[in-house]
Amino acid sequence: MPSISLRVNGKSLRADVEARTLLVELLRDRLALTGTHVGCDTSQCGACTVHVDGRSVKSCTMLAMEADGREVTTIEGLAVDGKLSPMQAAFAEHHGLQCGFCTPGMVMSATDLVKRNPGATERQIREWLEGNLCRCTGYHNIVKAVQAAAQAGRK
Amino acid sequence: MAQGGIGSSVKRKEDARFLTGRGTYVDDIVRPGQTHAVFVRSPHAHARIKAVRIAEAMKAPGVVAILTGADLAADKVGILPAGWLIHSKDGTPMVEPGHAALVADKVRHVGDQVAVVIAETKDQAREAAALVEVDYQPLPAAVTVTQAVAPGAPLVHDQAKANTCYDWHLGDKAATDTAFAKAHKVVSLDLINNRLIPNAIEPRAAIGEYDKVTGDLTLYTTSQNPHLIRLLLAAFTLGVPEHKLRVVAPDVGGGFGSKIFHYAEDFVALWAARKIGRPVKWTATRSEAFMSDAHGRDHVTHCELALDKEGKFLGLRERTLANMGAYLSQFAPSVPTYLHSTLLAGCYTTPVIYAEVKAVFTNTVPVDAYRGAGRPEATYLIERLVDIAAREMNIDRVEIRRKNFIPKDKFPYQTPVALQYDSGDYEATLASALQKADWAGFEKRRAEAKARGKLRGIGMSTYVEACGIAPSAVVGALGGRVGLWESAHVRVHPTGSITIFTGAHSHGQSHETTFAQLAAEKLGVSTDQVEVVHGDTAKSAFAMGTYGSRSLAVGGTAIVQAIDKIIAKGKKIAAHLLEASEGDIDFKDGKFTVKGTDRAKAFGEVVLAAYIPHKYPANLEPGLEESAVYDPKNFTFPAGCHICEVEIDPETGTTQVVAFTAVDDVGTVINPMVVEGQVHGGVTQGIGQALLEGALYDDQGQLLSGSFLGYNMPRASDLPGYQVGTETTACTHNPLGVKGVGEVGAIGSPPAVINAVCDAIGVRHIEMPATPERVWRAIRDANKG
Repeated sequence: MPSISLRVNGKSLRADVEARTLLVELLRDRLALTGTHVGCDTSQCGACTVHVDGRSVKSCTMLAMEADGREVTTIEGLAVDGKLSPMQAAFAEHHGLQCGFCTPGMVMSATDLVKRNPGATERQIREWLEGNLCRCTGYHNIVKAVQAAAQAGRK
Repeated sequence: MAQGGIGSSVKRKEDARFLTGRGTYVDDIVRPGQTHAVFVRSPHAHARIKAVRIAEAMKAPGVVAILTGADLAADKVGILPAGWLIHSKDGTPMVEPGHAALVADKVRHVGDQVAVVIAETKDQAREAAALVEVDYQPLPAAVTVTQAVAPGAPLVHDQAKANTCYDWHLGDKAATDTAFAKAHKVVSLDLINNRLIPNAIEPRAAIGEYDKVTGDLTLYTTSQNPHLIRLLLAAFTLGVPEHKLRVVAPDVGGGFGSKIFHYAEDFVALWAARKIGRPVKWTATRSEAFMSDAHGRDHVTHCELALDKEGKFLGLRERTLANMGAYLSQFAPSVPTYLHSTLLAGCYTTPVIYAEVKAVFTNTVPVDAYRGAGRPEATYLIERLVDIAAREMNIDRVEIRRKNFIPKDKFPYQTPVALQYDSGDYEATLASALQKADWAGFEKRRAEAKARGKLRGIGMSTYVEACGIAPSAVVGALGGRVGLWESAHVRVHPTGSITIFTGAHSHGQSHETTFAQLAAEKLGVSTDQVEVVHGDTAKSAFAMGTYGSRSLAVGGTAIVQAIDKIIAKGKKIAAHLLEASEGDIDFKDGKFTVKGTDRAKAFGEVVLAAYIPHKYPANLEPGLEESAVYDPKNFTFPAGCHICEVEIDPETGTTQVVAFTAVDDVGTVINPMVVEGQVHGGVTQGIGQALLEGALYDDQGQLLSGSFLGYNMPRASDLPGYQVGTETTACTHNPLGVKGVGEVGAIGSPPAVINAVCDAIGVRHIEMPATPERVWRAIRDANKG
């Protein structure tokens, strides 16, 4: 079984993985990082979005082996010293989540957007979030949260 | 107002865990020694099972057990029941074929469960499942309702002649026919209320666990109502008494109705766990969810509205074929009947109504309640008829509604279809929505869009719905097989913090916050001092759970009643401490005061005295916790007005919703932030139904829209921001005056969208979902005409 080394939420680790193991399976089943969710089997829903080397990736589309030597951040690694990240805080402030299932992927995806495009318009936010499905919020408050986090970041 | 009490947008207590990945959904749970289950499902819509061969699969690595329909039959367990009995016009009961959790004789839809493979790992179970050989003899399938009732159609169940489950009616046929005969104008319409797939983003999951020593069984499941699942397991599917059964629904990732029902997989996980003596875990793939979660809607309807020459409604008739799918899911029989035709008066004074609904079996996934359940279908047909009547009689769309509204001084209002509306002010929500949406300024926007080559349209719906389900006696008289009350237990701890145990279940609704607000309001405590416990039959008392927008109206009322008992007991204790008579004690802002004096005891002092009863009334039990049960006296009747504005590209038929306004009367609002969020979500599902979503089967009964690639879910980029507002008339029969908000968005919005599309392109009707192709064809056909 191939062995890989990677950093997950700042911690270095080694893991033996089957060649077919997906990154999301490594995270959830082996590392017990269950904040990353699986909502579909066609890479449409985005609930499994994490950061790999700082860029958002649907962890169901990536083999664990491809994460060899890379830095993975999951929703569990976003808050620093127990303090919510600006994006997490904005989701709470603007009621950008209801059942919470899509939320980790949504927050990880939105965090990447704001990093890449701090001045994202409402339209750009909506286009960017096309790959993350939410069935509860109608996206209205998610968009508001992302706008607020972006604005806070610009200050 | 208490800090964090009723009416304040308290931030959610739930959010911290969800935002940091610390939620606990069923698939996140790992039980010691757990095995993994994968189901073998039918690839055919309709086929006889000639043989199931498991020998090869049993040899595969890691396989622990393989169970089939034969095992189920041998154990005489696992027949999923229907929870509602409907009688046909002629008095005969509906045809009620059982639904075996694993099928032995004949599969009846693509996805029907034939066997379950249990192995050490998920991969091993999946690989072994592929080795199970099932010999099928394919049979012709009955896919659509119109096809299924046609002479000679294949029979889904032999005992259901012409595939008919029941042939039901409601209302006064003769009086309605007379009204139509005298009418100045009759508007007729054939329409389809499209089949939807709920698609909560968390797929269903279950873990069954068995303790060999005690015989205790535990089921972790993605349910909106764990107590109901336990009841059905105890009384019907497994036959194990409740004290040996615990059902836990932890964090659940959305439900929208689809997680109400007792599904085959729940039962199988528990039954299999008992058989093999180890925990059995199953998590649906999304593809499985598409072919095994109950679908919603799917009505084929002919409807008619009779009017006098001024545009007053004289009568309404409906004839509907309602698709039940292959089996009766628990609440399926009630959805197109008592949750649907009883709403056909809408907001209007229509004096006579007659509805005929035939429920039909087909070789498709079972259909049951999905956000709105019956009421979106009623609202859609009414509001489409009203718009067409306005158009054909050259009456303004707003005026025809106003002319027919039930006036606000006519409540309580008895409709001709059984319901009595307790309160409402339809003019208020209409006026507010018109103003917010700038209805009056629309023609300017239409002209501006035209200059850009776009067709802009505006549409509205004014709706009323019935929720807060429901008075048990009424439900029982109509065929419901359960009571629909709700329970609460409120425990005040010695140092003054509070735990509320509720039978309602939160899977997005924010109960942990809003129910805490009820305690804050009533007891003058901070919401931080209140914890809400739900989702575990071992913790809360029996109750019916969350659906039909009932959690607050029914469950919240039970909480308030329990809190009132706490206050009443607290007054006794305070009277003793203050050496006053009980009748002279007031409780306000967290203080027990002797009337007309400044002598007072704080809530915390009284609580402490209850637990350290050194100076305490004789004949009063120490401690401070109370239970209450609330059985509502009537349904609640939220209502409102939704206005949609669309722009259509005539070259491509693409429709963009450019503005959407919803003004709803949901009764007293506990948390405006949460209420707005519920409306946003409901409206989005309604826009999804109107423009994007639709389950598609081919004529063999294959589900073509079987994944997120083939089923068009609303995405952020499809939608505008929303304008929402509330206008409040209090519910008159519960102490909070609340009505419910979970479903209004999905009920009011589809006709507003379709009315806007029809307005934009100038057609009489277009079917949902109004896809670019349909819209493009409609424009082309209109131009031809």
